[in-house]
Amino acid sequence: MNDKYDVVIGLEVHAELKTNSKVFCACANKYGSEPNTNCCPICIGLPGALPVLNKQAVKSTIKAGLCMGCEINDIAVFERKNYFYPDLSKAYQISQLVKPICVGGGVYVNNGTKFIRLDRIHLEEDAGKLVHKSEQVGTLIDYNRGGVPLIEMVSMPDMSNADEAIEFLTQLRSNLIYAGIAECKMEQGGMRCDVNISIKKKGSTELGTRTEMKNLNSFKSVARAIEYETQRQIELVENGETVLQETRRWDDERGKSFSLRTKETSQDYRYFPDPDLLSVKIERSLVDEIKKTIPMLPKQRKELYINEYGLTEYDADVLTTDKEISDFYNECLTVYKEPKKVCNWVMTELLKYVEKTEENINIPIGYENFANIIKMVDSNQIGQSNAKKLIEMCFGTEKTAMELAKENNMLNDINADEVEEMVKKVIADNPKAVEDYKVNGDKVLTFFLGQVMRLSKGKAQANVVRELLIKLLG
Amino acid sequence: MEILDLSVIELAEKIKAKELTSEEVVKVYLKQIEDKKKLNAVIEAFDDAIEIARSVDERIAKGEKLGRLAGVPIIIKDNILYEGKIASCASRFLKDYKAQYSSTVVKKLLKEDAIIIGRANMDEFAMGSSTEKSYYGPTLNALDETRVPGGSSGGSASAVAGKLAPCSLGTDTGGSVRQPSSYNGVVGIKPTYGKVSRFGVIAFASSLDQVGPITHNVKDNALLLEILAGNDENDETTLNVEVPNYLSMITGDIKGARIGVCNQVVSLMKDKEHFNSLVEWFKSQGAVIEYVDIPDIELCLPVYYILAPAEATSNLGRFDGVKYSTRAESAENVNEIYRKSRSEGFGEEVKRRIMLGNFVLSSGYFDAYYNKAKKLQQKIKKQFAEAFKKCDVIITPTTFGEAFKLGEITDPVQMYMEDIFTISANIASIPAISIPCGKGKNNMPLGLQILANENEEGKIYNVADYFENNYKESN
Repeated sequence: MNDKYDVVIGLEVHAELKTNSKVFCACANKYGSEPNTNCCPICIGLPGALPVLNKQAVKSTIKAGLCMGCEINDIAVFERKNYFYPDLSKAYQISQLVKPICVGGGVYVNNGTKFIRLDRIHLEEDAGKLVHKSEQVGTLIDYNRGGVPLIEMVSMPDMSNADEAIEFLTQLRSNLIYAGIAECKMEQGGMRCDVNISIKKKGSTELGTRTEMKNLNSFKSVARAIEYETQRQIELVENGETVLQETRRWDDERGKSFSLRTKETSQDYRYFPDPDLLSVKIERSLVDEIKKTIPMLPKQRKELYINEYGLTEYDADVLTTDKEISDFYNECLTVYKEPKKVCNWVMTELLKYVEKTEENINIPIGYENFANIIKMVDSNQIGQSNAKKLIEMCFGTEKTAMELAKENNMLNDINADEVEEMVKKVIADNPKAVEDYKVNGDKVLTFFLGQVMRLSKGKAQANVVRELLIKLLG
Repeated sequence: MEILDLSVIELAEKIKAKELTSEEVVKVYLKQIEDKKKLNAVIEAFDDAIEIARSVDERIAKGEKLGRLAGVPIIIKDNILYEGKIASCASRFLKDYKAQYSSTVVKKLLKEDAIIIGRANMDEFAMGSSTEKSYYGPTLNALDETRVPGGSSGGSASAVAGKLAPCSLGTDTGGSVRQPSSYNGVVGIKPTYGKVSRFGVIAFASSLDQVGPITHNVKDNALLLEILAGNDENDETTLNVEVPNYLSMITGDIKGARIGVCNQVVSLMKDKEHFNSLVEWFKSQGAVIEYVDIPDIELCLPVYYILAPAEATSNLGRFDGVKYSTRAESAENVNEIYRKSRSEGFGEEVKRRIMLGNFVLSSGYFDAYYNKAKKLQQKIKKQFAEAFKKCDVIITPTTFGEAFKLGEITDPVQMYMEDIFTISANIASIPAISIPCGKGKNNMPLGLQILANENEEGKIYNVADYFENNYKESN
């Protein structure tokens, strides 16, 4: 049934900016403090308090815009979005409507084959948080988050399925993290997403009625919600019913969405320019200055890895998915400039140890040790298997790889005569295998090789041993 | 000379010279407040004022260098925050609301060692022109208790006229300092928008609100404004221009000064005779009269009644019974907290303006009202700028006539018309003063309004001071 319809998806993505202070006051922008401790008359909306714009938040928004290829407006205006909710201390949110800081831009998905356009990126303040307690206590309000700078990145309705939506989100997220603009910790609400979905008959240019889904706090729930809502709308249309324009809330536990409000009962936010704030003039020179501070973003790093370092597209993709990994790789190259070799080691001997959650990435070894171990292998100072063991030994230690290798007697410190003695001993000890070798050749050679390596405690060089074996087994 | 007859400047000098103590001055005024309770100009007198006055006296005795208002009492309008004191905006909603911090203007007064002795009555949330719309009941005109003191800073003006304080602070969004000053025969200025910080002043219409001092004479007013004015890092909309020494700009001479008379204002006047005599007087003093046009000046009123309610409706959203402000006791859930608290908390006029503001901001009406009003505002500003190329100041009456009787005006639109002469200064962001200019038929004061271009308060004070010292009513 799904192939009868096209799905049209647009996203509104919020990310909290990583600034020292809140967007309109001097309170700390900090997660996890005691409730209502990062608050002042301005962010709790006491009478008479006035907002003063944090220039750093504007700069970060400009930076975000530049990362996503947006145009930066010369003049930006803050407006009041008026509505009542207890987490909104002033009964209005300072946001932007007519003149946001950034317009246009977008990112590529599907291996660079499809461009997802952004409509805008604007700066606004976050609301506080309601904490629901027991019946007796009721609901409490924590205004610590109130006034935290938030950017809203609004896409055009250019995505056609959950995969594209997730890739779009991933790109926004990694760009923000790469550029140091936001941490995007989804479990902490540092990045949130609203999804707009409609369906239309395949190939039709007429858009269907869209619904908006709120409360999406992980990529997984975005994907699930899209699948669910697509299916729900298709079923409605197939059954001859109409899709209502409404706002829905995604309930991740139940895997369902529920209607919050329909268009008829939707809020009129009565936007108007905030008379307490001056319009923001953004000089070209400032934009140019900010441009210089943007580090290489994932897309550019990937191009560098493929074109300059000769990595495969797959490897480049894996290395750039997370900034931490890509940074680690880049740092390794400062120690040992062998991009392909380092890449292989990262792919096979590092990633398996990396602990990754949506919040955090933990790489258990320092780049210097990791790169030096590869260097030691390549210069025959240590054998492959010892190198792999050595990597594990480096976890959680201050010692250098070389110190550890020495302490554990892992360096290749045996001479050619000793190796030859060992080869001879192994041949002498395994007459059956010698017979077998004559019939089965290479397979048995591997057995001998293993025996010699074990005898040498991994210190013999495999290629030397192999040559000796072939010679002596004749 | 009696303490009550001394000007701000004189009081400050005598206290500094130890001819008077701040304590005795403050006590005299606190007694006045008590004696003239009937005026209902002051909602609350501050008991700690005497103690603070005493400490000022002690510091003077020790030879410390004190501020320019050391020991001088002042009353502030009840929408100006003074830490630890209630700031109710004369609303039931905020009757128990204690300020958590001090406004910039209060800090500036305290820095000059002024003694804040009480908070003045006002129209609820500064919405009104008669101070009849207060939760605490109407304030009476200090000169005729059957008449209104004007509004919304009626308490502040009546307090100065009734000598409950030598000076006070009001706020002016559409004429709320000048109209009551006119009705009470005192001097009140609405500075250039952005001249005085709004931080800590409970907002009515943020783009129009300005704090202004009310005094007995022009020089006191000039001194107070100089103290209050200046850029404030807590208020983005304050101007980044240096505050001049206004007193030094008072030259005692207006020869050659170009006094503007706006043709459109003249046609609005009910009593042209008195105004014409003022124009003639200025001419006789060697000033040059220039007739200027501000074609759209009449539209200031409708523009105001779109912009001000629009901003007010948003500004007053925070009074919701959730965090502070009085919560309706019967409210059982969050929507009821909002609905009932706001229904019970706000008075009728405030509700009227909230409704009006919500209407003009609603989607579908926004362009037709708010945006159109904003465009007109720009046009009017340009017309004023053009007019000020031809003249230094513009003079108009402050009001149609004398203070009206309590209860005389009940129609809200007729009440809004009260602001017709004053409102243009707020719309155009320019400064304007009201000074007494004789009496009307009922022997009540009339006010002369003097307007100037942005940041030209100095010119206003010079003309106003000259008028104050030299004008004698001939009839």
